[in-house]
Amino acid sequence: MTAAGVALTGRATRSREAVPLVLPRFRSPLVFGALALLFMVLLARSLYLQWFDNEFLQGQGTARHSRELEVPAHRGRIVDRAGEALALSTPVKSLWAFPDKFDATPEQIAALAAILETTPRKINTRLDANEDFAFIAKQVAPEIAERAMALRIPGLHDQNEYRRFYPGGEVTAQIVGFTGDHDVGQEGIELAQQAWLSGIPGSRRVIINRRSEAVEDVAAIRAPQAGHDLSLAIDARLQYLAFRELKAAIDLNKAKAGGLVILDVKTGEILAMANWPTYNPNSRNKVAPSMMRNRALTDTFEPGSTMKPFTIAAALEAGRVRPDTVIETAPGTLTIGPATIHDAHPEGALTVEQVIQKSSNVGAAKIALSLPSATLWEMFSSAGFGTLPKTGFPGEVSGRLRPAKSWRPIEQATMAYGHGISVNLVQLARAYTMFATDGEVKSATLFKTDGFVAGRPVLHPETARAVRHMLELVTSPGGTAPRAQVPGYRVAGKTGTAHKVEGRGYGNKYVASFVGFAPVSNPRLVVAVMLDEPSAGQYYGGIVAAPVFSSVTGSALRMLGVPTDAPLNNVILPPEGSEIREET
Amino acid sequence: MIRVNVALLAILVACALSLVTSRHQSRRLFVALEHEQAAGRALETEYGQLQLEQSTWGMPARVEKIAREQLKMQMPSAARTDVVALPEAKGTAQ
Repeated sequence: MTAAGVALTGRATRSREAVPLVLPRFRSPLVFGALALLFMVLLARSLYLQWFDNEFLQGQGTARHSRELEVPAHRGRIVDRAGEALALSTPVKSLWAFPDKFDATPEQIAALAAILETTPRKINTRLDANEDFAFIAKQVAPEIAERAMALRIPGLHDQNEYRRFYPGGEVTAQIVGFTGDHDVGQEGIELAQQAWLSGIPGSRRVIINRRSEAVEDVAAIRAPQAGHDLSLAIDARLQYLAFRELKAAIDLNKAKAGGLVILDVKTGEILAMANWPTYNPNSRNKVAPSMMRNRALTDTFEPGSTMKPFTIAAALEAGRVRPDTVIETAPGTLTIGPATIHDAHPEGALTVEQVIQKSSNVGAAKIALSLPSATLWEMFSSAGFGTLPKTGFPGEVSGRLRPAKSWRPIEQATMAYGHGISVNLVQLARAYTMFATDGEVKSATLFKTDGFVAGRPVLHPETARAVRHMLELVTSPGGTAPRAQVPGYRVAGKTGTAHKVEGRGYGNKYVASFVGFAPVSNPRLVVAVMLDEPSAGQYYGGIVAAPVFSSVTGSALRMLGVPTDAPLNNVILPPEGSEIREET
Repeated sequence: MIRVNVALLAILVACALSLVTSRHQSRRLFVALEHEQAAGRALETEYGQLQLEQSTWGMPARVEKIAREQLKMQMPSAARTDVVALPEAKGTAQ
């Protein structure tokens, strides 16, 4: 150390000692007090945050380390009576983006387009369409979505969804219906049974680590509830058979539309319900609403002669006629007021049995006019006409059966052979269960039922048996429908060939139908066939609809393993050109 | 006195450490559980897809098409069918 340095230090020390430090008396407490006050403020603030106003911070903290996860719930399957799936959901993913946050290099977009099997241009168009939200790809397979997410494009997100598939396609389209957005049923059973089928997604709160993996369950907020499976009465094999034969007949006869219903006589279950036109529920881009209609339940038509058995049954029940009572139908016309009823094939005196067998309008009208209108109305009504079928299908209609008081005589006469009344195909098939059983009407259902179902008694067993015998005569060579015969089984049924109402009157368009059941010795199935506007030359129910009944019934009975009740060579067709034709 | 304190301290440290380990253990197990559940969901997805595949392949329309076109099968007509009655009539009933 130098001397100068020593001198300097010594001077400084001296000068400090020279000026003694005198602080004002209040200064130290003031500083202390101010600092203490600041600490108090901090303490108060922390107390406040810790105990009184802690919600916000708690929320923020939780948001950083915990997540609410949605637990998906399946929509239930729709299966046929054997458990074959008719509608089922599989998980898929949708890719979406916030376009303003979407930030991808052209190479990434090209890679994304390659994965999604589209073009970069299409992806860009989607991004430009809406500035808030854009779907990049809807409902793709989970592995495709995973590959797309692996590109790690900022702003690209995925979400889990379910997609509904319909393996039955066009064959079961109208029965099953379909779901729309968010898995909500829009048509058919999907709509009617929405509450039963739909699942309720659950959610739970978890703690996540920095890799966004759940590390701890905090709380289950809601347990997921999977939707229930639903078993229909439909038998997929019979449904396909019915559809195939119906479609073949529609093509052959150039019909506009058609329907076919198979009912189980023992339970009233609808085993098949085929419709044409139809659509593919798996790709519904170009589907007209008319294709979606389940015509067998939602459309009505004038049944024509298929109503005659009910007229005859009413007369038998009332004791007006017996099966062998003779009715004079010559000369084949009957004039009531200004109107005249015609027979397509004039006959002379016919027994009641033959009125059915040969489908005489005049005979049926005469029998109907011998009855009080209330009796006839009661028979039609208790057969289920004019009331909803209540099969559990949305949009089914009741048809039209006017009250007996308002019937004029001509209307009572035409109603005897199925004009002035409208029905749907399921009602018609259901009503025929009274002849297939010993007089009981079974309620038709689309849902699987177990075991025997009791019906509602309408006819005396003797009446039912008598009409059943008449209906079997219809399919014999002397009847209107020998083509309905089935090798190995005795069958019974009734044809219908009704003029369609056009505007104010009846035109030259027809509805051809056949309703029947088999085997006659112990009926198992009721089969109803309806073809709308066959226009390939033939339009008689016995020629157009009866062969469909024959092929469907034969195959269906064999598939169900029903024992034969007739020799295999039982089919006897009348000689060419001698077939009996009928109108209405 | 000091001995007791040291012993308590040692126990406390041991407890604290075991808490840490068990906490870690539980999180690890939970992650494993999550993985298994994810695998379960993946299997469920696959099951759904297989069901779909099965019912699509097994639709009567497709089976019939293959039987007719590839295997050249056809329905025997009534003339070519024989009905065999079993000795016990009851046996033929379903």
